[in-house]
Amino acid sequence: MADFTSGGWSIFIAVVTVVSLVALWYLAWALSARRTGSGPVETSGHVWDEDLEEYNNPLPRWWLNLFYITIIWSALYLAAYPGLGAYKGMLAWSQQDEYAAEVAAADAKYAPVFDKFANQDLAQVARDPEAQKIGGRLFANYCTACHGSDAGGARGFPNLRDGDWLYGGTPEAVKASIANGRMGAMPAWGAVVGADGVKQVTAYVEKLAGRTTDEAAATAGAKVYQTNCIACHGPDGKGNPMMGAPNLTDDIWLYGGSTEKIAETIEKGRNGQMPAHGELLGDAKVHLLAAYVLSLGGSQAASP
Amino acid sequence: MASFHEKIEQNIGLMIILVILTVSVGGLVQITPLFFMHSTTEPVEGVKPYDPLRLTGRDVYVREGCYTCHSQMVRPFRAETERYGHYSLAGEFVYDRPFQWGSKRTGPDLARVGGRYSDEWHRVHLHNPRDVVPESIMPAYPWLATTQAGNGDIQAKMRALRTVGVPYSDEEIAAAPAALEGKTEMDAVVAYLQGLGTAVKFKR
Repeated sequence: MADFTSGGWSIFIAVVTVVSLVALWYLAWALSARRTGSGPVETSGHVWDEDLEEYNNPLPRWWLNLFYITIIWSALYLAAYPGLGAYKGMLAWSQQDEYAAEVAAADAKYAPVFDKFANQDLAQVARDPEAQKIGGRLFANYCTACHGSDAGGARGFPNLRDGDWLYGGTPEAVKASIANGRMGAMPAWGAVVGADGVKQVTAYVEKLAGRTTDEAAATAGAKVYQTNCIACHGPDGKGNPMMGAPNLTDDIWLYGGSTEKIAETIEKGRNGQMPAHGELLGDAKVHLLAAYVLSLGGSQAASP
Repeated sequence: MASFHEKIEQNIGLMIILVILTVSVGGLVQITPLFFMHSTTEPVEGVKPYDPLRLTGRDVYVREGCYTCHSQMVRPFRAETERYGHYSLAGEFVYDRPFQWGSKRTGPDLARVGGRYSDEWHRVHLHNPRDVVPESIMPAYPWLATTQAGNGDIQAKMRALRTVGVPYSDEEIAAAPAALEGKTEMDAVVAYLQGLGTAVKFKR
């Protein structure tokens, strides 16, 4: 892109380039005037160490001819391609056009494949072996940094194979999670319920998960829970996929399931964010990725 | 010709001058005009100077040598734009002094990493990359979470950048130290990374 602040720069580039090429041609021409003759080879006239002299042979013809060829080549190149200032070249080549052509060729090749799946129901795509292969590659490229190459997740980043879904495991919900992202916010309760409250609620949450805990603390915790936690996690602790509030009864813990970690989550809160990928990937790829995630085995039936 | 040649060979001062002139032709033609182009010197619409926190994070990025393994330059090839997003534009780097294009990708390109991962992912990842990417060979940077962002020279830095053309206002410079208060270097780096490549909105 040659958008110089002044047209003089374009002329400057063209003139310096052309003058340099002409000067090189002249240099080669001047040096080729003298030929290797049959007579004695003259010396440069320098004498070192009493009798050490230096032959002054002319440049070999083959070398000079190669030199001429490179100059001719650069002249042809500069005529065909952009190089001389703002001159676009006879081929009108540009990096943007080449990129656009590459993308267009790839789109023409892959669009039928994507279109075929885009028109299919997600559950059907999830069963298609070809779609699974494509989805697996897309997943490896875009998703593994957080969810792991085996989709098993990491602390703070959900496991996609276990059938436990924060925002629902239906095809629509999974696709929406990928395209639009999710923002999960568990507020910090430490200041609200106090240190004792945190301990009690922790005990109650562990009880909800089916563990044996301090019954007295759990009973006290149930009261705190009913006041503060049911809005999101529900009266029975089953969570709420509308707000991404996790089910507390399944003993699956995004941020660690030890007593200390559960207490830390209650005290300090958590913020989970799934970035939106719709704009980066486009609908066709989101569709295939959703199908791949569903094919991992943790899917739920489509909502009626 | 021969006598001219002899004169150059026997006059080292003249030879030095002519050598410099010859060698500089390439730079004069290929580099100098870049300073006088709209697309290389003016910000693309949406690109803003780094705010104090991001500017500090950028300096941490430079200090830790992130550029030795991470490039910040998406090239115009489909294989790259599929993975990283739209190819980089010259006008996106006008406030980068020095630029962080890098020349080697041991890790992925970061030119458009902003918004791709959550803040929390970056914290966990910088603290110990293996916690989220078991295959990663990136070093851990746990100290970032405990060191104070900036060392009191943020205003001097912004003034210096202003002298080379970054349009910071007096108010922005005056408010800069407050923006760093209580922030760790981790906060700064994450803020910097989350802003990378997000200024220009590209639609697919």
